[in-house]
This record gives sequence, structure tokens and C-alpha cells, in this order.
Amino acid sequence: MANKKIKKNVLLIFSKDIMYNPVIYKLAADFRIVFNVLEAKIYPKQEGRLILQLEGTEEQLDEGIKYLKDQKVKVEILAEKIKRDNESCVHCGACLAVCRSDALQYDNETKMIVFHSEHCIACGLCEMVCPVKAVKTASIDMEI
Amino acid sequence: MKDVHVKKSIEEINKKIKQGKAVVVTAEEMVDIVKENGVKGAFKKVDVVTTATFGVMCSSGAFINFGHTKPKIKAYKVWLNDVEAYAGIAAVDCYIGAAQVQEEDPLNKVHPGRFKYGGGHVIEDLIAGRQVKLKAKGYGTDCYPLREYEAVITIHDLRDAFLYNPRNAYQNYNCAVNLSNKTIYTYMGVLRPNLGNATYSTSGQLSPLLNDPYYWTIGVGTKIFLGGAVGVVTWRGTQHDPDVLRGENGIVKEGGGTLAVTGDMKEMSPRYIRGASILGYGCSLMVGLGIPIPIINEEMAYFTGQSDADIYCPVVDYGIDYPNAINRTLGEVSYQELRSGKIKIMGKEIPTAPLSSYYMAREIAQKLKDWIVKNKFTLGIPQIPLPTVEFKGIKYDN
Repeated sequence: MANKKIKKNVLLIFSKDIMYNPVIYKLAADFRIVFNVLEAKIYPKQEGRLILQLEGTEEQLDEGIKYLKDQKVKVEILAEKIKRDNESCVHCGACLAVCRSDALQYDNETKMIVFHSEHCIACGLCEMVCPVKAVKTASIDMEI
Repeated sequence: MKDVHVKKSIEEINKKIKQGKAVVVTAEEMVDIVKENGVKGAFKKVDVVTTATFGVMCSSGAFINFGHTKPKIKAYKVWLNDVEAYAGIAAVDCYIGAAQVQEEDPLNKVHPGRFKYGGGHVIEDLIAGRQVKLKAKGYGTDCYPLREYEAVITIHDLRDAFLYNPRNAYQNYNCAVNLSNKTIYTYMGVLRPNLGNATYSTSGQLSPLLNDPYYWTIGVGTKIFLGGAVGVVTWRGTQHDPDVLRGENGIVKEGGGTLAVTGDMKEMSPRYIRGASILGYGCSLMVGLGIPIPIINEEMAYFTGQSDADIYCPVVDYGIDYPNAINRTLGEVSYQELRSGKIKIMGKEIPTAPLSSYYMAREIAQKLKDWIVKNKFTLGIPQIPLPTVEFKGIKYDN
């Protein structure tokens, strides 16, 4: 089980004192993490923000994230930031039409819209379309 | 309706309900019952099939009477939480439409607009017992001197609050796609360019009028589940059109019939009536509606036994065709295909998303079944039939 690969989507915030340090390549070079840039915003001389999908064993991800934190990068796990109010959700499916990842899926047995927050890439579209405002997503611009 | 042969009357069924002997199943359960017992067997076995739908239904709203003020006002302008209600009815009567948007809303000035709050939300807030700001303007008459009135009220302060929806429960509806090359924001949800996705919006095999395709049992006076309370069918809905394309099984393959419905908001639950904001389109109301269908003959057993695999809807382009009123369909798909998560249109496989909640519809059909079985909810006897078309017969083996 220890070698099982998992995926984690993270928001990385580089404050201005570290934003020009080369850090990310180490995830691949030293920790053998496969990373995929999902979104990036750089405000020159102020702050850099990145949403990355990290893929590796749990141990590799833990060590990689620890390394990022040691380099003073602020790390937010996206799955922990995204919330769906299950009391409010009516399982209509409007969000399904816009979801670009596999985070939202229709279960044809229970007829529910199932939310897998670990696959969410925080694009924010489901929050925008939810007719009953049951979703609170994270986005690259979120206040931390 | 002279071509309808009633073998089991609603009166007989009501008698069985009162005796606790009626067999009541949901339209979903009926599919399997007909498969196992055949149409004739199912007719003998089942008395009532419950159907339901839960989704955004424009052409909804509420008549509100806020009671006479002291001194009296003849309100000619009324707002509830800054959403204007039509006040040209009487001194303290108004009608709040689900699609009316709150004053000062930026609408689609920054596209797509969010439409955060509107008439549908006022209706939900009232039903939930939340406080709502009432504002009224009068022009002053000898009998109604007051010119301005403002109060914070809840539904309990209102003399009457009736949900009155002129068009609900569309029999069938389009599956929407987008052939244009830009993302569009429609009442059928967000549609991605170049056939990027498809949306659809009925509860298919569970939907009321798909189970009674010729309106033999649903008519003016039919008692229904509306927003968690007992409501009634008050007329055919606006745009009701029985004369549409039908399959060999008699079931409509496009829009078709609609219902006008009414119920007392004071008895409703916010679980089954929800305000809705539709990105780039506007405000509306999600309505939970259930209808019990008496199995008066074998044909009704046949109809209610039809499954998602037997029910089709047209695929319509909302990118170019629909806004330009070009009547064209790109093909037809079954609800079974739609519920599988992908359909094939013009040679391309595209993902599908529902817009009405089958999950909630299922809950309502179940609840209605419980009402009939446990609370002895009897069926309303239609006083005036809905306009229909000639029934040309259906074929079934047993």
C-alpha cells in the first residue's frame, strides 16, 4: 500500500522574498513527484501563486510538501478548502455541466451528484453555476 | 375522452385507499412490476402510481395578500426584499413572479450575471419562515389614504400566500447542446461550445405527464403534492400543447402538455421549494411536484410501466437555432442514454448533465406514496379534462 500513487491538488503561495527562488523543479528531481500546473498567477515583485496537481506515493507527497514549507512556501490543500453544503444541495446537476475534472460525478444508482474534493482543481465554475449556492470553492485568488 | 375505457374508477380506488387496501407504487417501481407481471397483471395488481419532478420551473409565482394596514393603503407598487411584486390586483393583493430580479441587480451588464436574489428566493424565504421586508406605495384615496408602508414580516403575518404557477410540470423537454463556438449561459445551464456537453431536464420515467400521456387521469381538480403540501391542478398550463410528436407508445417526444397548479404556501416546506439563480439567465424557482395516477385501465398500466429507455426527447441547439427561433432538432435521445452520462450527437460523443433532480423527484414520489398509504390521501376527481388528442391505440402482448 505504501507504494500506491495518490493525487493531491495544492495551492502554493510564494511571498515576494522567495518568489524568484527555483523551488518547484526539486519536487520532481529530489522527491520524484509528478506535478502538473493547473493554474498560475504571478504578480511581479509581490506574490506568485500556483495550483499544482501532485502525484506520488503518500510518503513522497508528505516529504515534498514538507520541503516546500521549509522553503517558506505557503501550502494549502485544495480539498480542505472546498465545501459543499449537503443540506442545501438538491442534486440537480447544473454543476456537472461545467466541471472540468472528475470532481463531480453523477451516480446513476443513487441519482446523487457525488463530490470528490480531492480531484477538484478549484476552477470555481461550480460555485458560479450552483442555482442554490450550495458550493463554496477555493480559487487561486482566495484570501489566505 | 370518449375513447377512454374506465375499468377501475377513481371512486373505487379512493374507497380502497380509505380501507387501507390500495396498492400504491412509485412510477419507478411500476417499471419492474409491468416487466414481471405484464400489463394486464400490473393493472390487476396496482391501484395508484405516484410520479414526481423537482426542478427549476419558470412561470411560477405567488399571490400574496398582506392584510389591511392602519390607516389603509391602496398599494399600487409593492416590493418584497426589494423584489417588485405586481400590485395591480387590489389594495393589498399582489403577485410575486419567480423570475422577477431584485432592484439594483446588475443583470447581465457583466456577463454572465449572477442573479443572486429574485422572486423565487422571496418565495423560499417566506416558506422557510424567514423575515422579509415589505414595502408598499399608495397614491392616496379617500378610502385608502396611506401613501407609504414598510414592515418586516414573515409568512405568519400575511393574510394569504398562495403559490400559483401558471406553467409547471412540462410533459417533456429538450436536451440542450451548443453548436456555436463560444460558451453560452442559458436556462438549460452552461453549454460548452462545439457540442462540448448536453443538458436535459425532466425526471423521465418518474415525471407526472409522461406517465399519463393523454391526460386521462390528470385534469382540473387533481390533488397533487406541491412544495410539500397538498395542492391542486387548477387548469391546463400555459403553452399546453397535446398535438405534438408522439412515439408508438403514445408518449410525447417533445414539450407537450403543461399544468397550472396552486397550493397554500403556509403549509409548504423549504425542502421542496427553492429559489434559484441561473448564471447569465436570471432568477427562478425550483418546484417539487408530485401527482398520483390512478390505474383506471390496462393502458394506464402500460404507460406508467414505460421506462427511461422508452422515453425520448429532442436534441436542440441553443447556440444558434433556439435563440433565432429556428425549429430544428439534431436527433432524439432516450432518457436512459442521457442518464448513462454520455450521448452521441452528429457523430460526436458528449457528456450529459441533468438539471432537474431525479434524487428529489424520487423522494417526493415516495413521500406521496406514504401520504396515500398512511394518511389516506385520496385522489382528486378531475372536473374538467385537459385538452388532448385522439388515442390511436397501443400494442402490448399481455
